[in-house]
Amino acid sequence: MAQDLNRLKESASQTAGPYVHIGLTPNFCGIEGIFPDDLGASLVSDQTKGERISVVIRVFDGTGSVLKDALVETWQADAEGLYNSPSETRGAADPAFSGWGRFPSDMESGEIRFETIKPGPVPFPGGRMMAPHINLWIVARGINLGLATRLYFGDEEAANAEDPVLARIEHRNRVPTLIASRDGDIYTFDIHLQGEMETVFFDI
Amino acid sequence: MKNQRPETGGFFQRDRAWQPPALTPLYKTSVVRSPQKAPIAFPHTPSEITGPTFGHGILGALDNDLTLNHARSGESAIGPRIIVYGRVLDENARPVPNVLVEFWQANAGGRYRHKKDGYLAPLDPNFGGCGRTITDEDGNYSFRTIMPGAYPWPNGINDWRPAHIHFSVFGHGFVQRLITQMYFEGDPMIWKCPIVGTIPDRRAIEGLIAALDMEATVPMDARAYKFDIVLRGRRSTLFENRMEGN
Ligand SMILES: [Fe+3]
Repeated sequence: MAQDLNRLKESASQTAGPYVHIGLTPNFCGIEGIFPDDLGASLVSDQTKGERISVVIRVFDGTGSVLKDALVETWQADAEGLYNSPSETRGAADPAFSGWGRFPSDMESGEIRFETIKPGPVPFPGGRMMAPHINLWIVARGINLGLATRLYFGDEEAANAEDPVLARIEHRNRVPTLIASRDGDIYTFDIHLQGEMETVFFDI
Repeated sequence: MKNQRPETGGFFQRDRAWQPPALTPLYKTSVVRSPQKAPIAFPHTPSEITGPTFGHGILGALDNDLTLNHARSGESAIGPRIIVYGRVLDENARPVPNVLVEFWQANAGGRYRHKKDGYLAPLDPNFGGCGRTITDEDGNYSFRTIMPGAYPWPNGINDWRPAHIHFSVFGHGFVQRLITQMYFEGDPMIWKCPIVGTIPDRRAIEGLIAALDMEATVPMDARAYKFDIVLRGRRSTLFENRMEGN
C-alpha cells in the first residue's frame, strides 16, 4: 500500500425532480413571500454594456416532445469577454452584468425566453480565442446529472469556424446542434436530449 | 494550506463511473431524457473555471428556517423539528466558502406545495418548502426545517421516495454546479428507491445519507442531522500546464 492521497469523492448527483421550481424559482411556481424574487430571472439592466439580444430555448426529449419542467442556467462573459467572477484573472467585468441566469421552461409552451447581451470572445488554453458563446446547464426530472452544453451564435460564422471547442467535435454534422439561428434580434436554440439531432453535450 | 494562490486552475475530471449514468431504465423518465452519445471533453477555459457569486445581502432573516419562513405569525410548520448542518468541501477536502446552498422538500406528510403534486396528503398552510443559505469561511451551512415525509410517485405501480431534502449547490467554478438529495440515516426506504438506485456505487449512496447527531441536537427542540457535500476539486496551479503553445 502507498500513502493515502486524502482526496474525497464528489457527492453523487440526483435528479432535480419535477418540483425543482420550489427550490430554485419559488415565485415562478406560486410560492411567494419567502424570497423577494427568483434569482437569475433577469440578466441585463439599463447600465449593462453590449449588444442586446433575445434568446429562445426549448428542450426536447427523445419522442420529440418539448419539456415543460426543465430548468436551464446560463453563464456567460460580458461584452468584453470577461466573467464576473473572483476566478477571472484577465480584468474586471462589467459590474452591471452578473453573467448568470436561471430560467424555468414555461409550464404550457415549454419555451424559455430571456434578454441578455452578446458575450465577447474568451480564450482557450494557449491563447487562441473561442467564438462567443453562452454556457448552459440543464436539469429536469429524468436527468440524473446536470447536462452541460454551449450556445454559439449563427451569425458568427468566421469565429465559429476557428473555435477550438467546436473543432473537437469529430462528427462535423453535429456541430450545428450548438449553433443558435438568428432572426432579427432573436436567437433560437433547440436542445435535443436524444435522437437524430441529439445536441452535443460536454464532459467538462 | 496557507499562501493560497487565486483559484484559477481547472477542475479534476468528473468520475462518471461514480456518478449516475444518464440512462437508468428503472427510473423510467430517464429513458427518453438521456443523451445517448458520448459527451465531449476539452481542457477547462475561463468559461468552466469561473462561476457566479452571491452575496450574503440576498439572504433574508428566515431564509434558513423552513419551520417559520412560510408560517403565519406565531405559528410554525407541522412535523418533527430538525436542524440540518454540514460543510461544503471539495475533493481536496478543503472547505468551499461563500457559496449558495438552496434546499427544497415535501412537508411532513410527503406533499409538495406545487400545482403538479396531487398526492392526497394535505398541504400544511404554514410550510412553503424552500430555503437557502451561504456557506461561511469554513464552508459551514445550517438550517432548520421539519422532517419531510416519504411519498409515492408514478414510476412502478408502488414506488415510494424515501424521506429526502433536495439540495442545489454552487462552487467557485460553473462546472462544480451540483444538484443532489439528502437522505436520513436508518431509513429502510432508501434501498428500495429507483432514483437512489441510479447511483451505481453503494458508497456513493452512503455519501448522501445524513447522520443523526445527538451532540448537535438542541434539547427539547430539534434533532440534528449532519450532511457534508463534496464538490469537484480544483487542480493546483503550482505547475502550470503549458501544453498548448506558450
Ligand atoms: Fe422530492
